[in-house]
Amino acid sequence: MTGGEHGGERGSERGGAIGRRRFLGYVVAAPTLVTAAQLVPAQLVPARPAAAAAPPVPEQAPELVPELGDLLDLNDLMTAAALPTSGLISVGIGGDGTVSFALPRAEVGQGITTSTAMLIAEELAVPLDRVRVTLADARPELLFNQLTGGSNTTISTYTPIRVAAAVARLRLLEAAAAELGAPVAGLTLKAGVITGPSGRSIGIGALAARAASDTTMRVRVELAPRESFTVIGRPHNRVDALDAVTGRKKFAMDLAVPGAKPTMVCRPPTINGKVGSVANLAEVRAMPGVTDAVVISTGVAVRADTFGQCIDAVRALKVSWRPGTAEGKSDASVLRELEAAELPLGIRPPTPFVEGRFTFAFRSNSALEPNCAIADVRADRAEIWSALKSPIVAQQAIAAMLGLPVGRVTVHVTEGGGSFGRKLFFDAAMEAAEVSQKLGKPVKLMWHRADDSRQGRTHPMATSRVRAAYLGETVLSFQQRHTSVSTDLGHGLGEIITALAARLPVADAGFAQTFFHLSQSMPYAFGVSSRLLSETDKGFNTGSMRNVYSPDVTCARELIVDQLAARMGKDPYRFRHDRLGDARSRAVLAKVAEAGAWGRPMAPGTAQGIALHGEYKSVSAALIEIDCRPETVNRPIRDGVTGPRVTRAVFAVDAGLVVNPRGLEAQMMGGIMDGIALALTAGLHLRDGHFLEASWDNYFYTRQWNTPPELRIIIMPSTSDRPGGAGELAVAASMAAVACAYGRATGTMPTGFPINHATLSFTPKPTVPPIPPSPADGLDHAR
Amino acid sequence: MPEYTFRVNGAQVTVDVAGDVRLLWVLRDLLGITGPKYGCGINVCKACTSHLNGKAVNPCAIPVSALRPTDEVTTIEGLAATSGQDLHPMQRAWLEHDVAQCGYCQPGQIMAAVALVRRVAAEGREITDADLDGLRNICRCGTYFRIREAIRAGAENM
Ligand code: FES
Ligand code: FES
Repeated sequence: MTGGEHGGERGSERGGAIGRRRFLGYVVAAPTLVTAAQLVPAQLVPARPAAAAAPPVPEQAPELVPELGDLLDLNDLMTAAALPTSGLISVGIGGDGTVSFALPRAEVGQGITTSTAMLIAEELAVPLDRVRVTLADARPELLFNQLTGGSNTTISTYTPIRVAAAVARLRLLEAAAAELGAPVAGLTLKAGVITGPSGRSIGIGALAARAASDTTMRVRVELAPRESFTVIGRPHNRVDALDAVTGRKKFAMDLAVPGAKPTMVCRPPTINGKVGSVANLAEVRAMPGVTDAVVISTGVAVRADTFGQCIDAVRALKVSWRPGTAEGKSDASVLRELEAAELPLGIRPPTPFVEGRFTFAFRSNSALEPNCAIADVRADRAEIWSALKSPIVAQQAIAAMLGLPVGRVTVHVTEGGGSFGRKLFFDAAMEAAEVSQKLGKPVKLMWHRADDSRQGRTHPMATSRVRAAYLGETVLSFQQRHTSVSTDLGHGLGEIITALAARLPVADAGFAQTFFHLSQSMPYAFGVSSRLLSETDKGFNTGSMRNVYSPDVTCARELIVDQLAARMGKDPYRFRHDRLGDARSRAVLAKVAEAGAWGRPMAPGTAQGIALHGEYKSVSAALIEIDCRPETVNRPIRDGVTGPRVTRAVFAVDAGLVVNPRGLEAQMMGGIMDGIALALTAGLHLRDGHFLEASWDNYFYTRQWNTPPELRIIIMPSTSDRPGGAGELAVAASMAAVACAYGRATGTMPTGFPINHATLSFTPKPTVPPIPPSPADGLDHAR
Repeated sequence: MPEYTFRVNGAQVTVDVAGDVRLLWVLRDLLGITGPKYGCGINVCKACTSHLNGKAVNPCAIPVSALRPTDEVTTIEGLAATSGQDLHPMQRAWLEHDVAQCGYCQPGQIMAAVALVRRVAAEGREITDADLDGLRNICRCGTYFRIREAIRAGAENM
């Protein structure tokens, strides 16, 4: 449920014939025009779709629980959680004719500053390049409404942003009417200029003061109808593209905050180990360029004139370490823990069945921009700069740690260099604040890549066990038991869910259970289906990596679907298509089958795979072609993993109303690359309490040599008035389709992911010192 | 402290710093040239890729003492000027293909792409899939496909 669905008040409620939806916005008291809307208008309580549509849930009825995802997905929950908020989001018109808007979300590459600018440009009829979208500082009064996650940004902001812009449009037209001596109805607003019947015109900048109000008042507006859109739905390039290609785009570490010198932390050799003692602090403080060295809760911090000197200082520190939270653990021992925690599948069915058990390794959540933050902590106040997806939670946690009132901690949200869930956590901001307070100096704190790989957030290791019973051509039941190292949802999303969990028809479900059920649903008519999650071991630094549980759960499901099809002698595409109840799902699947020439003859050792995934009110399908022939698998690449090559990817997405097709396509492309990595190459090896991977030459995210040379992304036409979520969507179907293609090419269903996990393709770097030296032979590699 | 002199983006600079400090930190932390990004510090991610005398290098792996006064370092900030235009043809191709997502890797990607096209042109041949497969720059946002398209387009105008 989005605001747009429920937010409309019928203009015709007093008996008018045609119902145009009207929305409530505000003109805010200010010297130049500022208009606003509630991020989610308070009257828009979703009509309890779960309560309305759900069958009565008897107590302790686990079989019904999984279908919750169909009734009320995570986005409804996040939208509902936003209701008590009183915060407004506002649009300002400048005297120079520019329009400004501070988005209470994090831009980490997903393109929401661009789509937001497009919404404003549409309603206000101004050129896109006159709209300046910045990222709002932490605004505690927004409560849960300043959390970037669950692919929810467009869903939850689509209507309120347009309402604020529409109020501005109305006020500007009214001011122009007075100025031009003509009724509003006789005016046209185009490209930021209002023209009257006489041909006289005036720019919106010249009206900014006149349209302003010295009191705040409520205004009712209509939104531009979908048929009239000229900006929304057309492909637009990113608003920050020029800055990105010229090096002008500023990330946290690029900011020049006075006195904030480079700072790094010497970290333990095992996960979450603690400092015992340091033998040579004074010596390290005397190293060239080093200004400070101090023990903090997570290690030993060093501050220097350059990061290069921080690296040298970290490497020089002699620290004795105390054990961490995963001491002695390895992939094999965690697998045993998972097996012990697995929920039973129940008694064996009397009918034929297929079964599979799949294992998914830990995966690194690292973005290319490492974990980093700037902090300037003074006696009575603090200022933080970091790319934060949950800045309010960060602000509160930092204030509590520093012993300052929340109002004395300013948190600036900077543009982020990728996130994939990582920036829901604010551990670098906490560390920067701690160091700055201890030293009484501003710091620019950055994690080394090795820190991010070894001590950073991971997608937890998991197993998925699936059993599907069938008779003839009918699947009678489909049971999935997903067992995972605990996912840390404690970054704000968990709080949303706790607050509302009591209202949901879920008996005794914890956070993760709730999240799991809300994000998963069964698209196929497979009789009695159930999916249950069980979690174990909180000793790891985990997080909700892009698409959270869905890639693994979907991958396991789709591999078993292929097995079922094979048992019944059916084509994997037709088998799926015939069992999909939802028309949108059938359409995306049929689209990739057609566009990807499903079933075309393929050479031995190569094959196609097909898979489906729906979430965030969107549906998607992937068709993958893979080459597993030895000459391809073993093609040489220095310090890289080659392996099977995905030679073609065809992807179809129905994300409802699409604001920016070009941005949507970009998100799908990124998700496909993630899916390829998760299926084939990207995993962490846990040995003796630490991860072996320490950089990109160990952790094999998709590289150019793994990229499909042929890629086609199809955006399905949609008549929906509602946008769906898309930032994470593409990962699950892509991973699953790669796995299915691999299974069909090799004749063996893969059961361990990434597929290359059993082979260690590198020599692990030492853990003491915790970060590698910088090479000095760069000139030898000039090319 | 020793002084090191070299050229950056067309201007001569002198820095007063220990000789083993890598060029990346001299650029970013001392000279405030932040286009080259840090992604690994060990010459594997290529986010810091810049040019030295027209060739692609990784400043995270070059001690500042290795530079001579005549050495010309070009970072993304100075790339356009080398083409005598507001934007280098490769930057323009990047815009046309809307390559960047978060943008963090893109300065390095563009600098690597320009060097690749120059190298291939010097060998008197066209860019192949194998050339593109050989690019080592990581893009964690997964923009690889648009990078390939943009390089081919940018090469036409270089
Ligand atoms: S930071 Fe220079 S190659 Fe990664
Ligand atoms: S655009 Fe984000 S890392 Fe490449």
